[in-house]
Amino acid sequence: MKDQNLYERYHRQIILPEFGEEGQQKLLKAKILVIGAGGLGCPALQYLSAAGIGTIGIVDDDVVALNNLHRQVLYSVNDIGLSKAKRAAHILQQLNPEIKIISYNERLATQNALTLIDDFDIIIDGTDNFSTRYMINDACVLLNKPLVYGAISQFEGQVSVFNRQPLMGSNEAVNYRDLFPDPPKDGEVLNCAEAGVLGVLPGIIGTMMANETIKLITGIGEPLINQLLTYNALNNQVYILNLSARKETRSLIPKNKKEFLQIDYEWLCASPVQQAEVDSDIFNGMVVKGNIDVIDVRELHEMPAVNEFNHIRIPLAQLADNTSLIKSNTVIAFCQSGKRSLQAAKILSGIFGDSKKIYSLRGGIVEWKKQKQTV
Amino acid sequence: MTLYAKIILSKFVVRYFMSIKIILFGKLADIAGNSVSVKNVSDTDSLINTLHKEYPGLSGTKYLIAVDKQVIKENTVLNNNSTVALLPPFSGG
Repeated sequence: MKDQNLYERYHRQIILPEFGEEGQQKLLKAKILVIGAGGLGCPALQYLSAAGIGTIGIVDDDVVALNNLHRQVLYSVNDIGLSKAKRAAHILQQLNPEIKIISYNERLATQNALTLIDDFDIIIDGTDNFSTRYMINDACVLLNKPLVYGAISQFEGQVSVFNRQPLMGSNEAVNYRDLFPDPPKDGEVLNCAEAGVLGVLPGIIGTMMANETIKLITGIGEPLINQLLTYNALNNQVYILNLSARKETRSLIPKNKKEFLQIDYEWLCASPVQQAEVDSDIFNGMVVKGNIDVIDVRELHEMPAVNEFNHIRIPLAQLADNTSLIKSNTVIAFCQSGKRSLQAAKILSGIFGDSKKIYSLRGGIVEWKKQKQTV
Repeated sequence: MTLYAKIILSKFVVRYFMSIKIILFGKLADIAGNSVSVKNVSDTDSLINTLHKEYPGLSGTKYLIAVDKQVIKENTVLNNNSTVALLPPFSGG
């Protein structure tokens, strides 16, 4: 009876000549770990559960928030505030009670990564930050696990299969560090919370990740081994790059478990140089002394208006393109709270290097106005 | 004209009229546009130099370089009608 049920559930893919009962049996025996049950994780999990992956692990320490729902379509308003890993496991188990789903309501860290990953055949990276992505990459290389990678930004997505030896030719397996040897620093690349993302995009990319996983398990088609696919949701352009391994990459990856445990992945992505900040007093002194460019990096509509001192307005997003407006050798950026101006200072330091002194007004214009009132 | 001068001249002509198409992804496209074309460059190093001069926002950003869809690891000679892709890392999920 149970076998008959199984046959019925997966009938439409079993009748595919390339797939067959053999393909279904391979899926039922497979153990897949999905790290991150967010925009990419949700669609990947839905299709993998529906397809009959025998064992699925879900790692996520986050809870569902209202601003997740436009793209994390597994959840509903009733799930807000609840563990993503637990809710996803519960919902998926209803979709397919015949498979085993294990939820890990914890953050992936060096301490648990190797143990978790070692228990599964293929790892799916649906995380939202570089430190975890590099950690997963290194762990997969160390444990020799294929890694299905996906990442998104605004309207564009990337998909690849890392750490899997190509069937043809003598090429070595490529991993993420062959593309980008070192993580970008904090703030250098904006995430979805900062840069925004079209809700349907992770749906497309996450579904592609599920597709790559199914192809890897069943051996059908041509998975993106040593290839990186990019997809643009605005014009439907697909661009596939061919990748090859670098000799130098080996030296960047920890050689054993002990070395892996000693790497501080959060620190790897943290900014190496602290940007210089000035408080309101020092700022006023510098303005009086003159010979500086003060830049308001807020959007043009943002209040309060500033007419107490001379400044130019270049919103953060346009800063890199308008550096020709900056003439003085000393530059102070300010914004509302002092956060964006720090980013601005980083961008300007990247462009001008040591040729200009770049500062950020601590506490932003809000704090400056407050100080002015108390004087 | 000596043969040597002819070779020099032909190299110059090829370089001068060579047009390289560059496709940019992610935030690189926000800085320089989705697609730009650069003339008078012979290899990827000179191409990147020219691009950075024209779009200062590109310097200080991380990206990989692919020539005709093959990701490269070192300076690579460009041929006429080569397509170069510059692709930044994405973190979002």
